[in-house]
Amino acid sequence: MKNLGRYILFLISLFQRRERVKTYFPLIINECVKIGYDSLFIVCIVSLFMGAVTTLQTAFNLVGPLIPDYVISIVVRDMTLLELSPTIIAIVFAGKVGSNIAGELGTMRITEQIDALEVMGVNSSSYLVLPKIIASILMFPILVIISAFIAILGGYFAGSLTEVITGADYIYGLRYEFNPFNIPFALVKAYVFAFIVSSISAFQGYYTSGGALEVGKSSTNAVTNSCIAILIADYILAQILL
Amino acid sequence: MIEIKNISKSFNDKQVLFDISGKFTKGRTNLIIGASGTGKSILLKCMVGLLNPDTGKVLFDGRNFTSGNKQLLTEIRRDIGMLFQASALFDSKNIEENIKFPLDILSNLTENDKIEKVNHCLKLVGLENINKKMPSEISGGMKKRVGIARAIVNDSKYLFCDEPNSGLDPVTAIKIDDLILELTKKLNTTTIVVTHDMNSVVEIGEYIMFIHNGKKLWEGDNKNILKSEIEELNKFVFSNKLMKKIK
Repeated sequence: MKNLGRYILFLISLFQRRERVKTYFPLIINECVKIGYDSLFIVCIVSLFMGAVTTLQTAFNLVGPLIPDYVISIVVRDMTLLELSPTIIAIVFAGKVGSNIAGELGTMRITEQIDALEVMGVNSSSYLVLPKIIASILMFPILVIISAFIAILGGYFAGSLTEVITGADYIYGLRYEFNPFNIPFALVKAYVFAFIVSSISAFQGYYTSGGALEVGKSSTNAVTNSCIAILIADYILAQILL
Repeated sequence: MIEIKNISKSFNDKQVLFDISGKFTKGRTNLIIGASGTGKSILLKCMVGLLNPDTGKVLFDGRNFTSGNKQLLTEIRRDIGMLFQASALFDSKNIEENIKFPLDILSNLTENDKIEKVNHCLKLVGLENINKKMPSEISGGMKKRVGIARAIVNDSKYLFCDEPNSGLDPVTAIKIDDLILELTKKLNTTTIVVTHDMNSVVEIGEYIMFIHNGKKLWEGDNKNILKSEIEELNKFVFSNKLMKKIK
C-alpha cells in the first residue's frame, strides 16, 4: 500500500512545476523513436511467429470433417485482436522498453544526474518521465496495429506453406462475421498497457538507490511488476468491455 | 552570502547533523571538511534543497530557502550552480548540450548567444574544441571542468562543489582547486566546497568548517588550521605521514 501511495504521488508530481511545452516537444519525438521505432523489429518478429503458430495449432486442434477450414482464420483473427497483439506485445514491450526506462532512470539516479536536474530547478520527474509516458501512449497502439497485421499475415503464410488452409479460405474466415468492436477494444487495451508499462518502469527506475546492483534489480522489478499489472488490467478490461 | 542556522537532520532514528550554523561569504572559497561519513554531503544537500533539514534555515543573501515558498525556491535554485562528485553530466548529451542545458531550461537567449556563452565557459575552464564530444569520450579531470562550466554558465551566484577532486591524480586535483579559486574571484561567487582532501584545504581554504560526527567542531582558515588544538581536527589534518612531518 505504501508503494501504491508513492506511485500515485509520483504520477501527480509529473504534472507539477512543468517546463515550457516547447521543452517537451523534442524530448517526446526522441522518445517516440526510442520507444516506437526501435521496438518495431522485435514486435514484427514476435507477431509473425505468433500468427503462424496460432494458425498451425488451431488447425491441429480444431479442424475435422465437420468444421470448415475458415474457422482457423476466424480463431487467428479474434485471438490476435482480442488478446495476442495487445497483451503479448505489451509483455514484450515491458521486457524491452520497460527495462530500458528503469535502467536509464536508475543509472541517472545513482550517477546524480537526477539531482543535477533538481538543483537546476527542473522538476526531474516531469522532465524525464512525462515524455516517456506520452511517447509510449502514442507509439504502443501503433505497434499493436502493426503487430495485429503481421500476425494475421504470418498466419496466412504458415497456412499456405503447410497447406492446412488455402489463401481464399483464410481471407474468407478473416471477413466472416467480423465484430468491428474488437478493434477499439484492442486499442483501449493498448493505451492502458502503454501507460502501465511506462509509468511503473519509470517509477521503479526513478526511486533506485544504491549502485549498479540496484539498477539491475529496478529493471527486473519494472518488468515483473509491469507484467503482473498488465495481466490484472487485461482481466478487468475484458470484464468491463466485453 | 549563504548563512545556515541550526541545521539538524536525521534519517529514521539516526541523527546525522546536529544544530550546525555558519556563514559562507561571497567572493571566497568556503570549505566544509571532515572524514567520510561525517555528514558533509548531507549538509550540502540540505543547502541546495535536495534534502529538507528537520530544523534550521538556509539563507541565500537573506532569502530563506527553507521557507517552503515555491516561487522563491525556484528563484534561488536558478542562482545555484553545482559540481557533483561524479560530475553528473548527462550521458545522452554531448559536452555542448550539457553546458547549454541550464540555458535551454532557464533563459530566453537565442541559440547563437547560448553557443557563444557555452564557448566562453569552456574557455574559462581551460577546455576548447570539445563541444561535440560525448561525456564518455573525455577524462575524469575534463568531466570535472565541464561540470564546473555547466555550473557557472547561467551566471550562478552560488557555486557548490561536492568532492571536486575525488578520483583525480594530484596534479589534476590541484588544477581543479586552482580553477575553483580563480572562478570564485573572477565571477565573485559564493563558493562552497565539500572535501576531505588536505591539499584542497591548504590550497584554497579561505574559510573552513570542520564537521565531525555531524557536529561543527571548528571554523577558521587554512592559515590557522595547522595550529588548532582540537584533537579530532588534528587527527584529520595530520592523518598522513607527510602532514605529520610538516608538523
